[in-house]
Amino acid sequence: MAHEIKISAKNVFFYYGKSLALRDISMDIHSRCVTALIGPSGCGKSTFIRLLNRMNDLVPGARMDGRILIDGSDIYHPSTDVVSLRRRVGMVFQKPNPFPKSIYENVAYGPRLHGVVETGDGKGRRRKHTKRELDEIVEHSLRRAALWDEVKDRMDKSGTSLSGGQQQRLCIARTLAVDPEIILFDEPCSALDPIATAKIEDLLVDLKKDYTVVIVTHNMQQAARISDRTAFFYLGDLIEMGDTKQIFEKPQKELTEQYITGRMG
Amino acid sequence: MAPRTTFNYEMEGLQKEITEMANASRAAFEKAVRMITDGDLSLREEVRALDRHVYELNERIDKHCLDIIALHSPVASDLRLISACLKMVEDLNRFGRYATDIAELIDDFEEGKAFKRFESLRSMSCLVVGMVDDAVYSFLQRDAEKASHLHERDDAVDSLYDTIFREILTYMMEDPRKITVGIDLILVARYMERVADHACNIGEYVYHMVTGDRLDPKLRTGASERPPRGIFEHPNPRTELDLK
Repeated sequence: MAHEIKISAKNVFFYYGKSLALRDISMDIHSRCVTALIGPSGCGKSTFIRLLNRMNDLVPGARMDGRILIDGSDIYHPSTDVVSLRRRVGMVFQKPNPFPKSIYENVAYGPRLHGVVETGDGKGRRRKHTKRELDEIVEHSLRRAALWDEVKDRMDKSGTSLSGGQQQRLCIARTLAVDPEIILFDEPCSALDPIATAKIEDLLVDLKKDYTVVIVTHNMQQAARISDRTAFFYLGDLIEMGDTKQIFEKPQKELTEQYITGRMG
Repeated sequence: MAPRTTFNYEMEGLQKEITEMANASRAAFEKAVRMITDGDLSLREEVRALDRHVYELNERIDKHCLDIIALHSPVASDLRLISACLKMVEDLNRFGRYATDIAELIDDFEEGKAFKRFESLRSMSCLVVGMVDDAVYSFLQRDAEKASHLHERDDAVDSLYDTIFREILTYMMEDPRKITVGIDLILVARYMERVADHACNIGEYVYHMVTGDRLDPKLRTGASERPPRGIFEHPNPRTELDLK
């Protein structure tokens, strides 16, 4: 099945100060697919995923060469609105990080901050959401994150009172609430037990119907279970990228074979 | 410490077991064939013992493969090796079974001599032993090239089987006293033909195990191209004119 390309990295180099972290990375990430980035610690996969919503802009001394295009537009072009970019490209981190607010406020926070664009006047003017609009967004996001049934009767309780797996799904709901196109997951299950992990994995597979999902994972079986395409990084190089079945059944590169069979890393 | 020490230990153990099974099943078949070609009926007990050993190894390897899959989630070349082992044990087990069947059919020395005289069967046995050898060695040496050529030789075995079938049928029709030994001969030829098919199966698994690709189905000639033959079909069917 042919997929359109959502994200395209072209000859990307990335430096932390003088240290080269990514070397000449070029890859296409398909729309509405789960793309997994795997590789040993320090290989550059987290650095790469953080480039996709310009999170590395915040790192002192960091520098990028090359281009990253989303829907054909260079996200590192000076005219790019970074706040708008991060709304389009949401991110969920390794450790669940709910705000110390109620469950409702955790999800409503993003939409409230961004407001809603008035389309009527054609100028993109923003206004605040009405209470009813916010309620709908919160419910829809929590349902989409498979958390609604577990929290609908205690929306005013603190987000931090939830279990680890629920907190992570709350963070996913918070990301979904601002209606992103791409969601980046940086090891979202590494702090979770197997049951919570299974729920997040099911959710990721479900989310790809509507979103482009990119996940960094250390768990190769997780990559094999949930991703459509897999990219293997090693020491800052993209060694191989392909359909997940091909990567795990018949990798083309010896390094990939050694890594996924556990003989290196 | 090398990564995945336990996994590597298990995989090495599996390779030793499958190698032992391959050698045992090959030896069983080769001895059964020697009973025909050399008339050495004393090999029967050895064939039976090897078959029992092959069966035990089949059970052990089957379990070992499932344990490795359940506990170690193998991928890539490791997964292909285990997949090949799981399928190969069935074919290797059939080598052992057919060897025993052949050994059981040759139940006295006079009959053994009758088999020995039958040159087409000797030629067929040479071909099939060669195929079994190459199937086993292609696995042990990870030789995809050798594995990919087994199908070509299977065509020759199939042709020989057809020839033998027709010849024996003619003998039996000429002299009904030869029906018993004739049926035994046909069965032996049939078992050998099946062994050649199993050798081809192993070739396909080895090819996939080594290369990651499936053998081109177009290479699989032979049986599928031959028209099916009814068991009572006459080797030289009479025309309508003859029947009048």
